[in-house]
Amino acid sequence: MTSRPQNLQKNLRTEALAGYRKPDRDTQPDYYYPPYASTVKRSPSQPLVILPTTLSEVTGPLFGYDVIKANDSDLTKQGNGDPIGERIVVSGRVLDGNARPVANTLIEVWQANSAGRYPHRRDNHNAPVDPNFPGCGRTLTDTQGHYRFVTIRPGEYPWRNHYNAWRPAHIHFSLFGAAFATRLVTQMYFPGDPLLEYDPMYTSIPNERARQRLVSTFDWETTIPEQALGYKFDIVLRGRDETPFENDMKLPG
Amino acid sequence: MSLQTTSSQTIGPYLHIGLTWLVTDNLAAPGVSGEKVAIEGRIVDGDGNAVNDAVVEIWQANAQGRYAHPEDTQDKPLESAFKGFGRVMTDNDGVFRITTIKPGRVPAPGSGLQAPHLNVTIFTRGLLKHLITRMYFSNEPANDEDPVLQRVPAERRQTLIATPSGGRPGAFKWNVILRGERETVFFDY
Ligand SMILES: [Fe+2]
Repeated sequence: MTSRPQNLQKNLRTEALAGYRKPDRDTQPDYYYPPYASTVKRSPSQPLVILPTTLSEVTGPLFGYDVIKANDSDLTKQGNGDPIGERIVVSGRVLDGNARPVANTLIEVWQANSAGRYPHRRDNHNAPVDPNFPGCGRTLTDTQGHYRFVTIRPGEYPWRNHYNAWRPAHIHFSLFGAAFATRLVTQMYFPGDPLLEYDPMYTSIPNERARQRLVSTFDWETTIPEQALGYKFDIVLRGRDETPFENDMKLPG
Repeated sequence: MSLQTTSSQTIGPYLHIGLTWLVTDNLAAPGVSGEKVAIEGRIVDGDGNAVNDAVVEIWQANAQGRYAHPEDTQDKPLESAFKGFGRVMTDNDGVFRITTIKPGRVPAPGSGLQAPHLNVTIFTRGLLKHLITRMYFSNEPANDEDPVLQRVPAERRQTLIATPSGGRPGAFKWNVILRGERETVFFDY
């Protein structure tokens, strides 16, 4: 982390915009993490330059119901027939770092089918493609930050990161939140997956409790009798400081 | 009450499945005011190899320098046909192309204005969290007084500045080097 140059602090004190708080450092992976081999050539080697809070970071793209179609949140209804696999309901809340709901925000998800195969030209795993499972969905959170998807439990799949490497079952999530500063892409895992501790993506997060927050929990409340098991996955986007003054108090010096 | 932000994870190699539906490679719809610009760039890794599985997103103000967002309360016109969001994928050669309008200047912290810029995020396999950067325009006198460019060591500023390309009006080139010599400047915010 670079520190703010002394001569810029005066400017920041007159800043009228409240900024978004940085996550605790050990709750986020570093860019360079050699156990995940692709990071070695693709991560920046220079220190990041700290951006001040400007109008560019506290604004960001907002999407409405016009971009969402019926069935976009039901991944089992996108083919001509039923996909193979175990139906599940994945739901939860999107909150900000101040524990307030993030309303009407776009969530995009994608995942492998029940056999661990993506319908993608670069996936050459020899498990079957399911013609009834395109494997993607999207929705908007409601006014209280709630979202809900119906899908198929994804299969684990091999990858070539190291000898006998397997990804734990996961669903990819992409979220926007209220501002450019709150963009997040992550993955949701399943409870009790024995592959988690061997997975360099999961272990790239230093903080054990932060890792565990990526693991969904089994949920009776959203389980539908004779239909689908429920899994709960809450997501927290960066929280905003209440006032610019608080933000300034965090400056070094 | 304060909650910890959810940890980031890589977008992985199969991002296209989830994200292609919202590809937006032309923000300069008919009726949008401003100077049309066509930006082409190539993303390469630390060995100079093409990054052929990235998604690049942009967020920008309109030609008047206003963001289509409630936090921007400036007394400047909004344009209903201009949302300010773009999303493009890199191709087999690591190349992305996006057409938009050159944004106007938006306020700087304190006082003054920022130089015209696109706010850019890059996601790809091998990035455990996304990269944040900015693209500015060459031959823009305002660059000299931009508060963000001023924070960037002078010898690295050029990595953030798109240059005119091929003599065609409005065509700009802006390459992104993820790692190594002449590495693009990335921001932490
Ligand atoms: Fe995956």
